[in-house]
Amino acid sequence: MSVIGSPVSRVDGPAKVNGEAHYAGEFAPKDLLYAATADSTCPAGTIVTLDTRDAARAPGVLLVLTHLNADRLPYQEPAERVAVDPVAGAQLRVLDGPAILFSGQPIALVVARTQAQAEYGASLVPAPYDADPPAKLRFDPALAQPTSEAAAKKKRGPETRKGDAEGAFARAPVTLDERYRLSREQHHPMEPHATVAEWTGDRLTLWSKTQWVGNERDEIARRFGLPPANVRVINPYVGGAFGSSLRTWPHVTLAAMAARRARRPVRLELTRRQLFTFVGHRGQSEQHVRLGADPNGRLLATICEATGQTSTYEEFAEPLLGPAGATYACDDRLTRYKLVPMNVNTPCPMRGPGWATGLVAQEMAMDELAERLGMDPIELRLRNYAERDPMKDLPWSSKALRECYAQGAERFGWSKRPLKPRARRDGRDLVGLGMATAIYDSGRYPTSASVALLPDGTALVRCATADMGPGTYTSMTQVAADALGLPLARVRFELGDSTFPPAKEHGGSTTMASVGPAIQEACGAVKAKLAGVADGAPITDFAAVLRRAGLDRIEAEASAKPDDAMKTHSINGFGAVFAEVRVDVDLCTIRATRIVGAYDAGRIVNPKLAHSQCIGGMVQGIGMALFEDVEWDEHLGRVSNGTIAEYIVPVNADIHDLDAIFVDTREPLLNPLGVKGVAELGLCGVAPAIANAVWHATGKRVRNLPITPDRLLTA
Amino acid sequence: MDEPYTLTLKVNGEEHQLRPNTRTTVLDALREQIGLTGTKKGCDHGQCGACTVHLDGERVLSCLLLVEGIAGHEVATIESIAAPNGDLHPMQQAFIDHDAFQCGYCTPGQIMSAIACVREGHARTRMEIQEYMSGNLCRCAAYPNIIAAIEQARRHHRHL
Repeated sequence: MSVIGSPVSRVDGPAKVNGEAHYAGEFAPKDLLYAATADSTCPAGTIVTLDTRDAARAPGVLLVLTHLNADRLPYQEPAERVAVDPVAGAQLRVLDGPAILFSGQPIALVVARTQAQAEYGASLVPAPYDADPPAKLRFDPALAQPTSEAAAKKKRGPETRKGDAEGAFARAPVTLDERYRLSREQHHPMEPHATVAEWTGDRLTLWSKTQWVGNERDEIARRFGLPPANVRVINPYVGGAFGSSLRTWPHVTLAAMAARRARRPVRLELTRRQLFTFVGHRGQSEQHVRLGADPNGRLLATICEATGQTSTYEEFAEPLLGPAGATYACDDRLTRYKLVPMNVNTPCPMRGPGWATGLVAQEMAMDELAERLGMDPIELRLRNYAERDPMKDLPWSSKALRECYAQGAERFGWSKRPLKPRARRDGRDLVGLGMATAIYDSGRYPTSASVALLPDGTALVRCATADMGPGTYTSMTQVAADALGLPLARVRFELGDSTFPPAKEHGGSTTMASVGPAIQEACGAVKAKLAGVADGAPITDFAAVLRRAGLDRIEAEASAKPDDAMKTHSINGFGAVFAEVRVDVDLCTIRATRIVGAYDAGRIVNPKLAHSQCIGGMVQGIGMALFEDVEWDEHLGRVSNGTIAEYIVPVNADIHDLDAIFVDTREPLLNPLGVKGVAELGLCGVAPAIANAVWHATGKRVRNLPITPDRLLTA
Repeated sequence: MDEPYTLTLKVNGEEHQLRPNTRTTVLDALREQIGLTGTKKGCDHGQCGACTVHLDGERVLSCLLLVEGIAGHEVATIESIAAPNGDLHPMQQAFIDHDAFQCGYCTPGQIMSAIACVREGHARTRMEIQEYMSGNLCRCAAYPNIIAAIEQARRHHRHL
């Protein structure tokens, strides 16, 4: 059996279980200083005065930076916005002026000899504000504006039409017209974001938490007006991110500003509370869905009007309407996308960006439509199975969604589900079953990699990608070992350094499809070079070949990029998610007791790690469905549950029986490995499957996620 | 508040002379002063469990513990769990075998908690493990695999 497809244990496992894996904030250059910020307590307005005298006199404090004394940075414009940035607007320029755009915006930076001294110093910076103009604090869809032309260019609204959806809806014999809300969510990776900055002359080294070392280098180079070659970004281990480390956030700039002024290395590590305001979030949303169908369940009209939130200074638009466009066959369809600009920090991609959110409304609506039709929810979906991508009008490169429905239903025991809700009771619990379709847009980026065959008989493979948890270290070691024909133990893969051959973002489930082929190319190139000097010796003997030829290494670098398959075909991962919930009949507490996901993610390079990713997505989906809720105080303009205890995330005791299966497929076009990506897909469809199961258990529809006991009680 | 006086902290069998101030937590002392970064800071508020260490063999949250208060006691961190020859502890090996982590940031705390959980006699059933491991958050959400790892490693409980 090829090592591709094997359930190999993580190659970085020993380092992680021994506490030897070093995350960004743990790099400690000599003479390191510590920084902390004072943040605005007002959501909009202007700083009137800023008194830093007490902070400057505090023990251990060496430097206090504010907009009054900080360097003005050039912030050069990029030639082109990268995909991880908002579609329009101007990024927050830290300590650049007295304007306040959101509560939690950093207004002063204190550098001290210890972390505690920096934090104490930062607590001594009072700042009276002139609260004018009045802050925009209400998420009210009536205040929403259509997305801009820049968003439209990326197919993110403001409107798409096919046929006459409104007319078809008016004529449809069976209709549904409902609004679905999803609360704001935070990524909350276990590792808080941190940057250590060290200058040597005009060269800057950053040990910084990021999903994209190359972009962090380029972005910081532009902000400081440096050649990119003068900046090096290092980040071998990322302690979770889920999208929150795609952009280069202002704290990275602050760390570099402080280190330059202090003339010593500086670390800035965000607090858990600051993760609510420094690094983005999945903004809250409302989706107004109208579906029309004939009595046989054939969709006649699909209308989805979505409202998201963005900040006042940037436009963050995401592919929220992807599912409404691509999931089901329907000739008459309409989508609209609007945003409410608010005095908040700008949202950013969070696992399954757009798609997971769009699926919440669409898959809950399909469940309601099935109820009205008296039809099994899978049957309704099969009757509207899209044989081509209905919005783009392109063929799918591969699609095994039917197999996902069938295999998932079989594993879950769906056929025993009563059609009617509130039909099963077990002691105090009402028991319900629900399901949902999962879909996510697969992608691939141009990527380079290098391979060096070394005299100790090992191959060193490098690429400037990242591993925030999915197992890049392990899966790429498998790809390289397979391509070189070497055992795993003789291959070492390194990542997370901007001096390595370039990769794009470690996000959007693109890493395997992008980095894998580059490694295959580089391995092919190094084998060709070896053949030139090997004189017929097998690859496994390359150490002897090097010795004989008097070489200290044979090295090759190669690139791989997508062809036009993404233009001629629609390429998506698919899945079917099934959930069982138990609801306490009196207390309305909900437990997700069983979830099965069946996925068409193309070929699976490492089934052990892919399974972990999918069950992790299920747990985050349980959070989305039942717990995660940034409580927004619309009078003060602040998050009122800004800790990891009050922003409730699933804990071990919340999680029960989870299972993920992969249908046997191989994607023919996206990349030579045959993969479509796993990570985002694992979250997609989980929350609506749970919400649908809650209805099936109780007979009540709660269209406002998370479904907390109080919401269910009053539904 | 920043008086230079020294205090002896015993960590992993070694004594360290520290210059703490009155607010220095064991977590910060480990990470910033002693250079043992295996113990992680996830929230600094006792809410996430990433900073779990053993104090005289019992699990504690090092972010809620002041260095001042633990003179005479012994701290053990993740760095002391493997055998001196590098052999992994059965709990560490079980975490690898069952893929009980993804990003790895919560892992040292999970393992310290898991070892103590078995030692306390709180790992007899799946439900008991879940209850007594719920103070350790894992955002990648390897929870089912963490349970499986503890179920494997508890067989070796005499060595834990």
